Amino acid sequence: MNGRRRFLRDFLALLCSGGAIGGFLKLLPGSAHAKETVRTGKWYGYGVSVDKCIGCGRCMEACKAENNVPKEPFFFRTWVERYIIRKNGETAVRTIDPGAEPVPEAALDKSILRSFFVPKLCNQCADPPCVQVCPVGATWRTEDGVVLVNEKTCIGCRYCIQACPYGARYLSPATHTADKCTFCYHRISVGQLPACVEVCPTQARIFGDLNAAASPLSRFLRMNKIHVLKPGLNTEPKVYYANLDGEVR
Amino acid sequence: MVKFPEKMPDSLARLLVVFVVLTAVLAIAWVMIPTPMKSVHVQWDNAILREKAKPMRYAGAHACEECHGEIYGKKKAGYHRDLSCETCHGPAKTHTEDPDKTKPAIPATRSFCVQCHAYNPSRPRGFPQINPQGHNPLKPCAGCHNPHDPKPPTTPKECSACHGEIARTKAVSHHVQLECTTCHQAPQQHKITPRGVKPTKPQNREFCGKCHAKDTRETREKLAKSAPKIDMAEHGEKYVCWQCHYPHSPEVEN
Ligand code: HEC
Ligand code: HEC
Ligand code: HEC
Ligand code: HEC
Ligand code: HEC
Ligand code: HEC
Ligand code: HEC
Ligand code: HEC
Repeated sequence: MNGRRRFLRDFLALLCSGGAIGGFLKLLPGSAHAKETVRTGKWYGYGVSVDKCIGCGRCMEACKAENNVPKEPFFFRTWVERYIIRKNGETAVRTIDPGAEPVPEAALDKSILRSFFVPKLCNQCADPPCVQVCPVGATWRTEDGVVLVNEKTCIGCRYCIQACPYGARYLSPATHTADKCTFCYHRISVGQLPACVEVCPTQARIFGDLNAAASPLSRFLRMNKIHVLKPGLNTEPKVYYANLDGEVR
Repeated sequence: MVKFPEKMPDSLARLLVVFVVLTAVLAIAWVMIPTPMKSVHVQWDNAILREKAKPMRYAGAHACEECHGEIYGKKKAGYHRDLSCETCHGPAKTHTEDPDKTKPAIPATRSFCVQCHAYNPSRPRGFPQINPQGHNPLKPCAGCHNPHDPKPPTTPKECSACHGEIARTKAVSHHVQLECTTCHQAPQQHKITPRGVKPTKPQNREFCGKCHAKDTRETREKLAKSAPKIDMAEHGEKYVCWQCHYPHSPEVEN
């Protein structure tokens, strides 16, 4: 191959690859401004009092009704897990089925060491791994701290579903795009509570603006010892748990 | 090959053609592709607008007060005060907008109340629970408890009416012969407003010692005689007894 041709080929290759990488860097939204320091305006968060949850499943049904989540019992934006820890060390975890008729349980099942319910939902991480992996910028974190999905540009590649450490995303069978909890963005932006918080009978679920001076959420954060799920992943979740058992993952 | 600028080398001319075509394509692309396709920020802003425009189904806790003030006020003072109307009646936004056109569901079946109130060992201790098979079977709950202000219709006589789990536990334990009132002084008012008036609880080791101390000589407790004895000075160190023995089911095996 003569020099001129090689030059042309290499030059074009460089042009293409450089352009492509540059374009992609522009599209990748999360990494560039994940950690702003000073926050003004709204910055939404969520509290869960594990010891108040009675496992009635009203939240799961309300979420489905409010957000058109498919009825099938494996699509959830929020769900409640039942933990049963036995004396022999076994831990069983199952998502409850709110529609099911309760089966009478032995009052004296002596093999149970302790048992409780844990409500779960998208953690609306400040540093969300799902946003980092999206190849088309279809999921991002809003100014007020809610991770949303743009169903118009989502290509349904499932990367974000894989990347979420909390299992909070699913592929909607209707739109074939990723779907997840939005804190009921349409409700909170007009000052209403998310549907799950609205219907919770024991105030186990608390919603609010983390920047607000006095609110049920800021009181909750002040008065309890708080955990987040999987703190080691540095996702900086904004769903805060009080009285969380060490077994909960 | 065309022979325009005579002096220009052939190779440079070709390069120039490639360059011109490339810039032209890029420029056309830049102008023709609409901004929303190029800028994620525009896409995001549009998506936020779409998200905000989604319809609400739940009207919120205060939306019902205006027209159902009596029920609202009643509920606010009762045990169901933390329940939203829509926790039971389902999403009712359309009903608040036009009450005559749509009516919210009325969950009048037993299976509905039982979703919250059936006994379940995972529920927090102290949450009012019943055994659906045993608790007045086949009768609708609302016949005895007003769903908007639920309380026991009559003042129960037995402690077991509300402390069923403790009573059942005690019934199969070594303390089966002991009355609740041996260890708790419960005023009658506790059975009417249980959270307002609390019974007493044993405070110290000596309380259990009345029956269990090695050197109990004269005691008014009849049952003390058959109670196994321990040395109060040695046994259990500094702890109160119920830090190791659950008083309603005192087992010594692990
Ligand atoms: C604008 C006034 C208005 C508001 C707001 C309103 N209602 Fe009503 N509601 C009515 C009227 C009028 C009726 C019919 C009364 C009748 O038939 O006796 C009714 C009837 C009902 C019934 C009985 C339905 C039946 O089949 O008999 C229920 C349950 C109910 N409302 C629940 C709610 C709940 C829950 C809310 C709050 C989310 C609410 N309402 C808000 C006006 C209102
Ligand atoms: C614990 C669940 C529960 C909650 C919370 C609740 N309701 Fe009801 N409601 C019922 C049930 C059950 C009935 C049917 C009663 C019957 O069959 O006698 C009913 C009946 C009604 C009726 C029609 C019959 C009547 O008594 O007039 C209205 C109207 C109503 N509810 C409004 C409300 C409003 C407004 C609220 C909120 C302030 C509310 N409910 C909260 C369970 C509930
Ligand atoms: C969504 C969950 C939920 C549903 C559904 C529900 N309740 Fe309740 N109920 C509660 C809560 C929460 C309390 C308050 C418990 C407390 O104060 O600790 C309560 C309290 C009560 C009490 C008072 C218990 C006591 O301590 O004396 C009664 C009685 C009661 N409910 C009956 C009913 C009946 C009847 C229905 C069906 C119409 C019903 N509940 C439906 C959540 C529910
Ligand atoms: C025949 C009347 C009657 C019916 C029907 C009835 N109850 Fe009761 N309920 C009572 C009485 C009386 C008490 C007080 C305790 C006792 O005597 O058992 C009570 C107590 C309760 C308590 C308080 C228990 C505690 O531990 O504090 C709850 C919760 C309750 N009922 C829920 C229900 C539910 C849910 C239903 C329907 C599945 C229902 N009741 C049906 C009469 C009734
Ligand atoms: C009407 C239902 C009811 C009846 C009847 C009832 N209790 Fe209670 N009791 C309650 C409730 C509700 C609580 C509060 C539970 C909680 O907050 O966890 C309670 C709490 C208690 C406590 C704990 C107080 C504390 O400071 O923690 C004791 C002890 C107790 N009851 C003893 C009794 C005895 C003994 C009787 C029979 C004489 C009795 N109760 C009858 C409903 C009842
Ligand atoms: C041998 C004495 C004794 C008897 C008999 C007894 N209790 Fe207790 N009970 C205690 C002690 C001691 C505590 C305090 C436990 C603690 O603080 O951890 C207690 C606590 C309680 C509590 C508070 C909640 C809990 O579980 O800790 C309730 C409710 C209660 N008792 C109800 C009853 C009822 C109802 C009966 C009868 C069925 C009864 N008790 C019989 C000694 C007794
Ligand atoms: C009124 C007398 C009395 C009081 C007060 C009393 N007990 Fe007992 N206790 C007994 C009797 C009687 C037995 C033995 C019953 C039997 O098994 O025959 C017993 C048995 C026991 C046992 C032995 C169980 C076993 O496996 O052998 C333990 C532990 C115990 N009690 C703990 C306590 C504690 C802790 C308290 C204080 C909260 C307490 N008791 C208060 C009468 C009492
Ligand atoms: C540090 C934990 C601890 C504390 C506190 C404690 N116990 Fe025990 N208790 C035990 C153990 C372990 C046994 C079984 C082994 C033994 O016999 O020493 C036991 C056994 C007993 C027995 C049965 C003895 C027999 O011969 O069957 C009685 C009765 C008893 N305890 C009463 C009490 C009383 C009353 C208190 C409060 C003064 C108390 N215990 C405090 C741990 C404790």
